[in-house]
Amino acid sequence: MFSAEKMIILTYSSFAYAALLFLLASGLSLIFGVMRIVNLAHAAFFLLSGYIALEFYNIIYGTVSLIPRLVQIVSWAVVYFLWKFMSQTISKGKSALILILIYIAAEIISLTLWGFPIYEKLFFVKIPVKAVDKLNIWMLIGALIFTITVISLAGFFVERVFLRTLGQDTIAQVLVTIGFAFILQDGSLYMWGGDNYFFNLPTMLSGSFTIQGLTFETFRLFLFIVALVVALALYFCIERTRLGAIMRATVDDPEMARGIGINTNIVSMSIFAIGTSLAAIGGVVGASFLGVYPGLDFEILPYAFAVVIIGGMGSLGGALVGSILVGLIENFATAFFPELNYFALFAPMAIILAVKPTGLFGKG
Amino acid sequence: MLFFGFLIIGGITPILDKYVPLSQLIMNEILVFAVLAMSLDILMGYTGLASLGHAAYFGVSSYACAIVMTKTSWVTSFAAYTWAQNNGLGIIFLLVIAIVVALFFAAFFGLLAIRATDVYFLMITLSLAMVVWGLAYRWSAVTEGDNGINVPGRPSLFGINLDDDYNFYFFTLAVFLICFSIMYLFVNSPFGKSLVGIRESEERMKMLGYNTWLHKYIAFIVAGIFSGIAGFLWTLFNLFVSPPDLELITSAEALFMVALGGPATLLGPFIGASIIKILQQFVSIYVERWPLILGAIYILTIMISRLYKVEGILGIFSKIRNSSKEMEK
Repeated sequence: MFSAEKMIILTYSSFAYAALLFLLASGLSLIFGVMRIVNLAHAAFFLLSGYIALEFYNIIYGTVSLIPRLVQIVSWAVVYFLWKFMSQTISKGKSALILILIYIAAEIISLTLWGFPIYEKLFFVKIPVKAVDKLNIWMLIGALIFTITVISLAGFFVERVFLRTLGQDTIAQVLVTIGFAFILQDGSLYMWGGDNYFFNLPTMLSGSFTIQGLTFETFRLFLFIVALVVALALYFCIERTRLGAIMRATVDDPEMARGIGINTNIVSMSIFAIGTSLAAIGGVVGASFLGVYPGLDFEILPYAFAVVIIGGMGSLGGALVGSILVGLIENFATAFFPELNYFALFAPMAIILAVKPTGLFGKG
Repeated sequence: MLFFGFLIIGGITPILDKYVPLSQLIMNEILVFAVLAMSLDILMGYTGLASLGHAAYFGVSSYACAIVMTKTSWVTSFAAYTWAQNNGLGIIFLLVIAIVVALFFAAFFGLLAIRATDVYFLMITLSLAMVVWGLAYRWSAVTEGDNGINVPGRPSLFGINLDDDYNFYFFTLAVFLICFSIMYLFVNSPFGKSLVGIRESEERMKMLGYNTWLHKYIAFIVAGIFSGIAGFLWTLFNLFVSPPDLELITSAEALFMVALGGPATLLGPFIGASIIKILQQFVSIYVERWPLILGAIYILTIMISRLYKVEGILGIFSKIRNSSKEMEK
């Protein structure tokens, strides 16, 4: 039961899982550290990116047409630009309200006259995707680029239109982000159906290698490398570049930053977009690992939060340490007492909470 | 005053039921969730501690009741329960179980959570609730996991058969009124006022010599207990408990009910609960995607209330009243 081989293999898969958690939690931690926003929709972005990747693969394979999706993007764009146009004369809030009222009226008309809701054709289009058989590494990279673009646009949109207005009001932020979590989750369920999709790994990355007679899956190493690259990139970006300095300045003292001429609005927007992009990377890469299915976001959200609570909000190092810890606990606990594996997370969380509520490396 | 208001609404509903079908059942559900929302309001509106894990005590108590009622293999609890049942007190026994369980969990979680403030408090309560959810979901031996627990029927109260929905409605109404009265006395007591003081400025209260940690902790436990009572009502009303009862969704719904109706009042959460539950019933008839709509409603409501600076529906009324007072000057 406690053989050395089992330990090694468990540790190996823990690190892979930790890598995934790091991708997810770092975005959460970043958004909080910089913007003081608890983004409860973070896991939903994660889930959404998995589905977007799935659709991307389908489009490449030709099993699905791009056109309905284009219609959807155009519809949203039209709404956004209408709103911007209207807010030049009327206030932003009022123009948003007017647009929403127009939409509700249009829906009622559409439902009674034609029997179908508008959102089915325009805003949340259903696409019958199929499971994808063969992936190659280029498709994965393509999916990454595509998904990151889409999700960061979504992130920009959410931050600009909704979160910016709310400022520091915690309860409002919570409810709005939960609202988005519901919309994204249920929208995904609606657009892509409730089936579970599992991907076959890209051929180059599937399979395994053996060291000393122990077999290790290649994909887990890949996950780990991706997370490492991202972690290093984040670290260098934030600590060693001018861009990072600008970001840190905005966090520490927004007023002074504005005084020097930094456009804090763009910085906030970018940070949120970067945060959600991190979730997107995790989603695309993790989709091959975990699959895509409704409810994935709620299953993984507690882990993301555990990482951030243990490691500390706003700290990249904390996210790193936290995800490794949580990865280890999760894997070992599931191996030894699967029914209580959530519970096994509880002990370290409780200890940390009792001793240092802001987490190991938290920025308070 | 409010008491009679509730009494009247509660009394009218059975009559309404004859014209609008199911309204009694809806009202029953509203009452259950109103207790939950009001309990959260004690913590959130009056003490200023917004919790995202309040459904934990709700769920834990509901599961406790369900388990006691169904797990015959747990000899001691079932024996006690059967004894109570034979004496017509079955339901009171369950209520006591619910309160004790909720108290235990609230006391324990409170110890961990109260030290944090604001956002951290939110996250910690969320995580603790998720751990409880995880237990409910995975510990199938006890909680039947995803399948949930089916409760065979409601125990009778001193011979009154509560399996009949009509009778049970009045039971719920009675419990609701009792809870409301206790909560009303609680928030209007000196202790309750000191909670408001803590919400306004904890530093000041500390300087005045109040033990703010203890105050917050007690508020947390009290809120948890009432949440547990709501859970007890829910198990008996729904006759079925499952993991979603404990999920983030339920906690968020409770939070929203308070925010929508108006925090720091007792009527507000009731209004919020009513609106949400009524909407849930009617909208889901026409539209498949209720969570999506619910999410949109959350966003819409919050955006509107922030833009116009009102605190929920009751906030709209008080704003109107205040502005008309100003005009009179």
